[in-house]
Amino acid sequence: MTEIAKRKIINTFALSLACAAAALGLFWLIFILADVLRHGIAFITPELFLNEAAPPGMEGGGLKHAFIGQLLITFFAVLIGIPLGILGGTYLAEYGRHPWLGRFISTLSDIMISVPSIVIGTFVYAIFVKPIGHFSGYAGALALAIIMIPVVLRTTEEMIALVPWEIREAAFALGAPYYKVILQVVYRGAATGIFTGILLAIARIAGETAPLLFTSFNNMFLTTNMNEPMPSLTVTIYQYAMGPYDDWHEMAWAASFVITLFILGLTILGRIIIRWKYKH
Amino acid sequence: MASTIKREQTLDKLFSTITFSAAFLVLAIIVSIFASLFKESLTAIETFGFFGFISSTAWDPVREVFGAATTLYGTLVTTLLALALAIPVSLGIAVFLTELCPKFLKPIFGTAIELLAAIPSIIYGMWGLFTFAPLMGEYVEPLLQDIFGPIPIIGQLFSGVPLGIDILTTSIILSIMITPFIASIVRDTFNLTPVQLKESAYGIGATRWEVIKDVIIPHSKAGIFGSVIIAMGRALGETMAVAFVLGNKHAIATSLFDASATITVSLANEFTEADSDLYLSSLFYLALILLAMNFLLLAIAKTFLARKKKV
Amino acid sequence: MKKLLFSLLAFLLLQTTAFAGSTLNGAGASFPYPVYSGWAFQYQKDLGIRVNYQSIGSGGGVRQISNRTVDFGASDAPVTPEKLHKKGLLQFPAIIGGVVPIVNIKGIGSGQLKLSAEVMARIFLGKINKWNDPEVVELNPGLKLPAADITVVHRSDGSGTTAIFTRYLTEVSKDWEKAAGAGKSVKWPVGIGGKGNEGVTNYVKRVKNSIGYVEFAYAKRNKLADVSLKNREGAYVNASFDSFKAAAAGAKWEQEKGYYLWLVNAPGKASWPIAGASFILLAKDKPEASRQAIKFYDWAFNNGDEMAIKLVYVPLPKSLKEDIRKYWKQNGL
Repeated sequence: MTEIAKRKIINTFALSLACAAAALGLFWLIFILADVLRHGIAFITPELFLNEAAPPGMEGGGLKHAFIGQLLITFFAVLIGIPLGILGGTYLAEYGRHPWLGRFISTLSDIMISVPSIVIGTFVYAIFVKPIGHFSGYAGALALAIIMIPVVLRTTEEMIALVPWEIREAAFALGAPYYKVILQVVYRGAATGIFTGILLAIARIAGETAPLLFTSFNNMFLTTNMNEPMPSLTVTIYQYAMGPYDDWHEMAWAASFVITLFILGLTILGRIIIRWKYKH
Repeated sequence: MASTIKREQTLDKLFSTITFSAAFLVLAIIVSIFASLFKESLTAIETFGFFGFISSTAWDPVREVFGAATTLYGTLVTTLLALALAIPVSLGIAVFLTELCPKFLKPIFGTAIELLAAIPSIIYGMWGLFTFAPLMGEYVEPLLQDIFGPIPIIGQLFSGVPLGIDILTTSIILSIMITPFIASIVRDTFNLTPVQLKESAYGIGATRWEVIKDVIIPHSKAGIFGSVIIAMGRALGETMAVAFVLGNKHAIATSLFDASATITVSLANEFTEADSDLYLSSLFYLALILLAMNFLLLAIAKTFLARKKKV
Repeated sequence: MKKLLFSLLAFLLLQTTAFAGSTLNGAGASFPYPVYSGWAFQYQKDLGIRVNYQSIGSGGGVRQISNRTVDFGASDAPVTPEKLHKKGLLQFPAIIGGVVPIVNIKGIGSGQLKLSAEVMARIFLGKINKWNDPEVVELNPGLKLPAADITVVHRSDGSGTTAIFTRYLTEVSKDWEKAAGAGKSVKWPVGIGGKGNEGVTNYVKRVKNSIGYVEFAYAKRNKLADVSLKNREGAYVNASFDSFKAAAAGAKWEQEKGYYLWLVNAPGKASWPIAGASFILLAKDKPEASRQAIKFYDWAFNNGDEMAIKLVYVPLPKSLKEDIRKYWKQNGL
């Protein structure tokens, strides 16, 4: 066998391995999604969305309480996390370009994105739940907001940095103060990007379970009082999946299906927007 | 006119102060996470010390003796195994995405891999417990046991009763979860390889694989290293997927088929239940150790990735 | 547009803080969870008051009420009078039940496998690790036991069920006392851990040739094979409403001690050896919440017996209920 033939064989072999790896990645994705779909779709019934939890063994329970709880917790997390994230990102991109502090905070937020979410849960327990004396929806929202802030902050920073400097200069030339330039020109230019970042940040927190275990806790009943322990879809899935009852497992699958669909939908939407906007 | 300018100046100052405070908040949050975890773990730190705590395999709530060795061991073993499984696959995916994938498929395939990262960890846990663990326990693990069991020393790794709720299953699930992180960062660094370098390698008659092996991968070393560490941080901190399939056992496992416990799972299981101050404080101590490890790793990764960008 | 958004926000904020105090929050033992949640469901239907009981384990129940993060706690392990005093807590039993060993062995149904206290202790110690071990076979001459490895399933969380079970093993086995001891969570020599009664049930259901221990209602509802046990008098008994009742019959409850009492290894030929009561814990310094909680339990004492029996729990005897009501009054509730 010639040297060239040997090299060709090795080449083909190595490249086939790469294709196999790609196929494996795709295989897992399809396996997991198909499994969630297969188990979940049969149990998507009107009752699931309309009824509250029934005690184990009793027919006709639903997850309305968990859906609403999840929405409320996420809503308040967004309410806290997004403005703070956007403002922080604005500072880093606009005012903090040069000072070392800006770069330092930017790096720090990158690291904070990777802090284990359960650690954030223990932190919120220590500084919020314990002093106040009870679990609450607010505590859960706070934990999720803390997870969200660095994500939104970094995307905002990057998106604002993409806005060409000349646009700002044009506005300065008209005599506009810096804050107005940012509010009316820079934000407008970066709006799509920031919006996408927000979508992805929501997708990120919507599936979080660990930080809610010790903060928003859980509730068997529907409550709209954020100051009470509040049910969430994810914690309910954990409780129901770990439980022994078949109807609990069914509801856990159905809830998994809904939450997966929601998160993947948001993620895909985010990708599409980015592609459409930044395709030149 | 002068007053308008003055007002604008004040507003300008105000706005920059507000944005600065928001940015500064990140620093404040991180500092207070460390501070509050440290404060809460103080009781355990005073009782067990540092080396005493991380080297002790005790986890005995009855006699109130706690050590981090078993959970640290479980955390590290599952993480390292997951990395060992994920790195080759991720590199393969990155190679496929940058060098082999037909152009029209690239965005679709890239998104598919990123979706794998978007699936919430609790879904991995559900799927792991109800679908994957039974498959492992029923078919894969007995098969592995038949093949490797008789070999001395290696056989020990495959001893015990294959239940599917064990280190091997957990590591595989973790590896699936971290693969997209490594793959997408490595893909981006692969794309940064200067075209001239590649062209000249092709020019002297190198095959595609040789270009990848000798030009692209060496050029992307820092990126690969950084991505692996980021993935490692991810695996260290994963909670829900692991909680479903690891079996929560505080012991040093010697077989891949043993149940184990990680820091995160201990926190999820025991945090609301610990009934003595020392117990709870020990759990906070575990959280602090996990945070410190994670922080250190990520700081290293950032330095590497930053160095890459400068080049 | 902005105004609309703001008023919407204001409305939401109002909405989300308006009903403070309308839900009573309790947490703790998973052992009585089926019956407490059943009662809570009915209570809400009848009186419109919501009792949110979260099954997080007895250890958690004691912790959360000690820290006052819930309105009432529940524990299957009675809290000692000294600790009650130290944490400013009141304690009373609410329901009686039994812990049963459950197995998942092909071909073996409920009540078929017989075990003595010593043999069971040795299984949970890992000393007996095959189902066809001579010691197990000797107790079960008629059964076909597989040559398979035993997987022990225990609790991973702080649990009153564990406290009752290990209390029993400690009383009957010196080896067990030395190796692990009794407590809400102990250092298990072997096995895998599941979270809550639910988690253990789930693992035993999934793992072949396993043995675990759960509250009887969990075994029954999930159709798991329970084990017949040799009691103190040497008789084999099956887990049932009657054998739990027999175990509780001779109990001497003492108000002054906050009803601190274990029911394991009870005398009597018909007694189930691992019976236990589930206790409710109240904070002395939160009288308003405590009053709400006893209102619920008073309602349950009056209306909940039928549901409890259906789930194979033993309601408290009438005299004990009266005694507990006096206890509430004495403490100003």
